[in-house]
Amino acid sequence: MGKEPAAGNPGKKSVGRKLIRSIPVYLMILPGIVYLFCNNYMPMFGIIIAFKKVNWQKGLWNSEWIGFDNFKFLFQSQDTFIIIRNTVLYNVVFIVLGTVCAVTVAILLNEVRKKLHKSIYQSLILLPYLMSWVVVSYLVFAFLSAENGFVNTFLQKNGFNSIRWYQEAKYWPVILVIVNLWKSVGFSMIIYYSTIVGISQEYYEAAKLDGAGKWKQITNITLPLLKSTVITLFIMSVGSIMASDFGLFFQVPKNQGALYAATQTIDTYVYNALMKLGNTSMASAASVLQAVVGFALVIAANTIVRKYERDSALF
Amino acid sequence: MRKKTSKRLRKSDAGMQIIAHSVLAFLTFAAVIPFILLVIASFTDEDLAVRYGFSFFPEKLSLSAYQYLAGEWGQIGHAYMMTILVTIIGTALCLVVTTLLAYGLTRDIIGKRFLNFYVVFTMLFNGGLVSSYYVWTRIFYIKNTIWALILPGMLISAFHVILIKNYFINSIPESLLESAKIDGAGEMRIFLNIIVPLSKPIIATVGLMSAINYWNNWTNGLYYVDDNSLYTIQLILNQINQSASFLASNSTQMSNMMSGTASIPTTTMRMAIAVVAILPIIIAYPFFQRYFVKGITLGAVKG
Repeated sequence: MGKEPAAGNPGKKSVGRKLIRSIPVYLMILPGIVYLFCNNYMPMFGIIIAFKKVNWQKGLWNSEWIGFDNFKFLFQSQDTFIIIRNTVLYNVVFIVLGTVCAVTVAILLNEVRKKLHKSIYQSLILLPYLMSWVVVSYLVFAFLSAENGFVNTFLQKNGFNSIRWYQEAKYWPVILVIVNLWKSVGFSMIIYYSTIVGISQEYYEAAKLDGAGKWKQITNITLPLLKSTVITLFIMSVGSIMASDFGLFFQVPKNQGALYAATQTIDTYVYNALMKLGNTSMASAASVLQAVVGFALVIAANTIVRKYERDSALF
Repeated sequence: MRKKTSKRLRKSDAGMQIIAHSVLAFLTFAAVIPFILLVIASFTDEDLAVRYGFSFFPEKLSLSAYQYLAGEWGQIGHAYMMTILVTIIGTALCLVVTTLLAYGLTRDIIGKRFLNFYVVFTMLFNGGLVSSYYVWTRIFYIKNTIWALILPGMLISAFHVILIKNYFINSIPESLLESAKIDGAGEMRIFLNIIVPLSKPIIATVGLMSAINYWNNWTNGLYYVDDNSLYTIQLILNQINQSASFLASNSTQMSNMMSGTASIPTTTMRMAIAVVAILPIIIAYPFFQRYFVKGITLGAVKG
């Protein structure tokens, strides 16, 4: 793939020689390059599915081109507004709450003096991040199951009516936000914490000499120095605002139809349309919409980061 | 005056200590408590769980869920072996392909800029699930093979390639490679004898991340596998989830395998299977925790 056959211009001997010298290296990178071609580049061409009326009998190439019809159907559907709204709104809440919580926890962790305490807090708060979403759905189920869940047991014991959690959409925005925070705060906390650890102690010493208390040190030293990390990560996550964590929205609500109004995002919609309903046209249109808008947003986000802080840009 | 200040400072320090410890202790508690409930639920007496639900202090504990599980170990044990197999093959392949690619991208070859872009671009744009599904099932016919659990979307990530590449560039002196070249060592020799031994920390970190990914993966199985004999432990868990969601009658494979038995501890057994699935990770966690944290921070310091 990376071999450029025309490069061996006889006029430039050194280029030819360099090409020959490059061959072993080309062979070494070949598996990776081929894999990326199959796994990433071929599906990129595959987005033509969204512009075809796919007939699996005829195969993709012989299926009929229909232009933007799939997208027309997509935008005529009531669900489309809901899934885009859900995807974006959940992301906004995750970004804002996630950042605030992670920064707070990172600062507090930095205040802990004993190394042992620090590492106990850190590793246990990170533990949920190690779990797959399937396992998380079991953990949530142990609390929320209508028949056996701990929460309903507790409610009944205290004279309240039990709630059919997996039937009532109204609770799920809160549940999903809590579950997502629970799983991810340890991970993002570590990122901020590693920035804080990198701040020179001299600043704090000087501040102490000036009589600044802990609170002042945090607001005047730690937070300003965290700012660029926070902004970079913030912009990057805005870049992926059209993407949602499939596992969170598929496994945790157990893909219950009754909850779709509150739990369906683009990713779960695409999965259900493709696998459960066999509606390839809708699935591919939604999928391409997500990929294209996502791409534009990532590029935009990266351009902003690049202007603002070159080192943190993705490319 | 000075004394006063330092006294005030000490007070603010002590206050901060109390806040920090109480908030962190609460979060630690919140992080761990669901696991504790899961484990207790799996040891709860089935009748009790069905009648009164799960609690942190059940009146009667029982091993019946695990006994039943042991009796049905054929299915679960097979899934377990599948998980281990997929994790080992996947991680090994990931490391070989990723490190080779990363090394190649640091070398002075024709098309280096293009190749770097080729790798980075995969982080920016993707064709989405529908066309990935099409490519893997209609062009590579990967459905219901073990490769379905290893290849799609998981083998290498551009992010890890860049991570390793940067490590090579920053931590291995160019002069070392030059002198090896002068001694007549080929690229592969240099890679195996110099690069790999000197990069053990980053290779271990990326390998760990990849192993956890494979251990936890259930999406590939969901998309590409419906053959029970290829189920990993996560897929068994997923299958139980799906059947509970879609079929009230619980008529999928879990109940087939239990058919003929009158009293199946389904409620607590689900929890027991989940416990068995996470046990290895929980046991190994204290040992790999350090590398895992390192992997996360490395990723944060830009790809």
